[in-house]
Amino acid sequence: MDSAVPIVEMTGISISFPGVKALDGVDFRMFPGEVHSLMGENGAGKSTLIKALTGVYPIDAGSILLAGQPLLVTGPADSQRAGISTVYQEVNLLTNLSVAENILLGREPRRFGGIHWKEMRERAAAILHRLHLDIDPGSLLGSHSLAVQQLVAIARALDVNAKVLILDEPTSSLDVDEVAELFRVITALKREGVAILFVSHFLDQVYEIADRLTVLRNGSLVGEYRTKEILRIELVHKMIGKDIAVLTDLDTKTRNAVAETTTTIPYLAAVGLGRKGSIDPLDFAIAEGEVVGLAGLLGSGRTELARILSGIDKPDTGELKIEGRTQRLRTARMALKRRIAYSSEDRKREGIIEDLTVRDNIVLALQADRGWFRRIPRRRQDELAASYISALGIRPANPEALVRNLSGGNQQKVLLARWLAIAPRLLILDEPTRGIDVGAKAEIQRLVSNLAEEGMSVVYISAELEEVLRLSHRIVVMRDRKKVADLENDDVTVGQVMTLIASGADE
Amino acid sequence: MSAPTTTRPSKRPTPRPNPGGLGTGARMLLSSRYASVLVTLLLLVATFAVGSVRYRGFLSGQVVLNLFIDNAFLIVLAVGMTFVILTGGIDLSVGSVVALSTMIAASLLQSGWSPPAVILTVLVVGTTLGFLVGLVIFYFDVQPFIATLAAMFLARGLCYVISTSSISIVDPFFVDMANARIPLAPGLRISPSVVVALAVVAIAFAVLHYTRTGRTVYAIGNGGQSAMLMGLPVKRTKILVYAISGLCSAIAGVLFTFYTLSGYSLTAVGMELDAIAAVVIGGTLLTGGSGFVLGSVLGVLVLGVIQTIISFEGTLSSWWTRIVIGSLLLVFILLQRALTPRRR
Repeated sequence: MDSAVPIVEMTGISISFPGVKALDGVDFRMFPGEVHSLMGENGAGKSTLIKALTGVYPIDAGSILLAGQPLLVTGPADSQRAGISTVYQEVNLLTNLSVAENILLGREPRRFGGIHWKEMRERAAAILHRLHLDIDPGSLLGSHSLAVQQLVAIARALDVNAKVLILDEPTSSLDVDEVAELFRVITALKREGVAILFVSHFLDQVYEIADRLTVLRNGSLVGEYRTKEILRIELVHKMIGKDIAVLTDLDTKTRNAVAETTTTIPYLAAVGLGRKGSIDPLDFAIAEGEVVGLAGLLGSGRTELARILSGIDKPDTGELKIEGRTQRLRTARMALKRRIAYSSEDRKREGIIEDLTVRDNIVLALQADRGWFRRIPRRRQDELAASYISALGIRPANPEALVRNLSGGNQQKVLLARWLAIAPRLLILDEPTRGIDVGAKAEIQRLVSNLAEEGMSVVYISAELEEVLRLSHRIVVMRDRKKVADLENDDVTVGQVMTLIASGADE
Repeated sequence: MSAPTTTRPSKRPTPRPNPGGLGTGARMLLSSRYASVLVTLLLLVATFAVGSVRYRGFLSGQVVLNLFIDNAFLIVLAVGMTFVILTGGIDLSVGSVVALSTMIAASLLQSGWSPPAVILTVLVVGTTLGFLVGLVIFYFDVQPFIATLAAMFLARGLCYVISTSSISIVDPFFVDMANARIPLAPGLRISPSVVVALAVVAIAFAVLHYTRTGRTVYAIGNGGQSAMLMGLPVKRTKILVYAISGLCSAIAGVLFTFYTLSGYSLTAVGMELDAIAAVVIGGTLLTGGSGFVLGSVLGVLVLGVIQTIISFEGTLSSWWTRIVIGSLLLVFILLQRALTPRRR
């Protein structure tokens, strides 16, 4: 671990995009057999630095050394050959091909000049076995869950004789057991002398696995530290560069709000709502100004419930009442007319539109609501965009920037702005803070609690129980597509909810 | 830390049905990957059955073989088109390239070139044209629709530059190829063109399923940056599929001259649409990434059977072929929707 010679040495790296200085003279190094965590807010330049190392983006200035030799790579294929393997934040695999191909394509075993399918499947099976992933290598990747696809992506990176393994937010879609599994694999690779770059927004995970940290902020280097030698609070401070009070303040504020909740007639109430193959019939109610947290594992039915409430999927059974009147929400559009907005967990595919500007993305839902023949005047659009950019702290603060060029967290804020623009009565947020750094997370949480105070009902879905507990007045726990508990959030602890989520899971 | 290559894992890697192989029927039926091709096969059998019930003499081996003889060039075209469509592209130029190939062949033969030199020239011209189209599409990020539309007009225009009237072919080799029949069994014969077409199909199948290039074709069709980030040769492959389509068009052009024994500027108008129709009926998704070259062959045969039925009927005009193909395409696109519940 105290190896003197770094395997990767990046010095003075600068990269610019049109209108954005993404990296400004950043130094970064990695040692063999060490896990190095890259920390920073959204837009700090973590992804850009990784893409510089893997040759996706050409660097404007600076140098990259790999094992002392200048690294000249022009693309991921090159860097992979040089021994740098990457697993990106979004799963970048091919859903229309088999699991085996996704693991081995590009270095597939051959025979007589052609692909040797039998050996390919066997090798893939062996790698999957190493990851304790029991799936058929011949099955289509698209038929598996996102979490499994993530592990397949790691399996792909594992096969190469990698000297450097880059894991960009590998845990954001994994559950607790899967994370433990992944860490076991990381530790094993560490022992084999692989240098691992681990990027995650989960501080717990970073402190558990990382040996060394490099902090970036706004495209500049803040510093490199040993994990053992830096306190969490210091780290957060360095990452967000502003007062910690913001974070602690939130806690007390929402706690107060919890105490004040008045249980009036529910704004929305569902009785026996269910959909075959999606969720079992359940009752659900939410009052005006109430935040209801949906807790449960991936695939427990939390997203499915959200999709039914927002009219995207039609229920087979049950009845839905909004302010006491029976309504049938057959489409998302009908739900929108009742001021119910759903922000999907799949930001990339069901959320933002990458090729449109920040302004376009923000006004989209409002424009759709008005109908396409009543165009929102340009001046009004500019006002809206400007007000949400400053209210949510969207960076870069340029309404004409393409959303494609924004970091994940800022894209999420744009998405949030889009729904807020239609002034919803009920806002359903599905994993709004996934893959988002501490600062932005706190901002979004504070926003949610403010909105609730102003009378908006919010359904909040998150894999992070602490977050759900902190924000919600009431918690609905889902397991195996059933509602298993509906708790007033008085003194509920993470442990209690965890037990509810877990109990019976082994049956 | 590379994976052990010799030790067999304890877990069973269940044998995947060989792509396109027809041995493991039940598994294939269940697997949606092959479902659309199977539907095409069923449709082919059903259409053929209708013909057999209605007309005497329809149910014979030679009628089946004639399907191949009459559509050999279309099979080759559909193979090239399958490559392009699998990447999510389209090639509108193939009909014109067929016409251009017949013109080049006919005029060069007229001026006394030897048949091998003529055929080679035709193949080189077709491939080069496709290659150039591929370069334009990749480097200037032009929509394949537009780039190949331009190539379509270009190739058609070049035909008229060569000659505005029909040139007939009297070269003995070409005449032999047109008339030669290879006996398979008593009363069953095929033309040399069928052999060429089937060879093209076999090579295409091997390339698509047993080479990295082939798998990259599928990978590109999945869309997005994934194929590039996985380090696959995206650039080369994207250009290559248009070159392949160009080569197939040229081969189809040569087979077409064997079939018609003439070169004519106005020939093969709209043939690109027949090829696209065959590929779609064969179960390949126009959005790319999913489909099989054998499906496209079945697609061509479905079109062929419909044509045969109409000619057996005698009183129906050939426009009915178009109407039936149109309806079939619609049905197929709807079927594909129903069979592939891809997104949630």
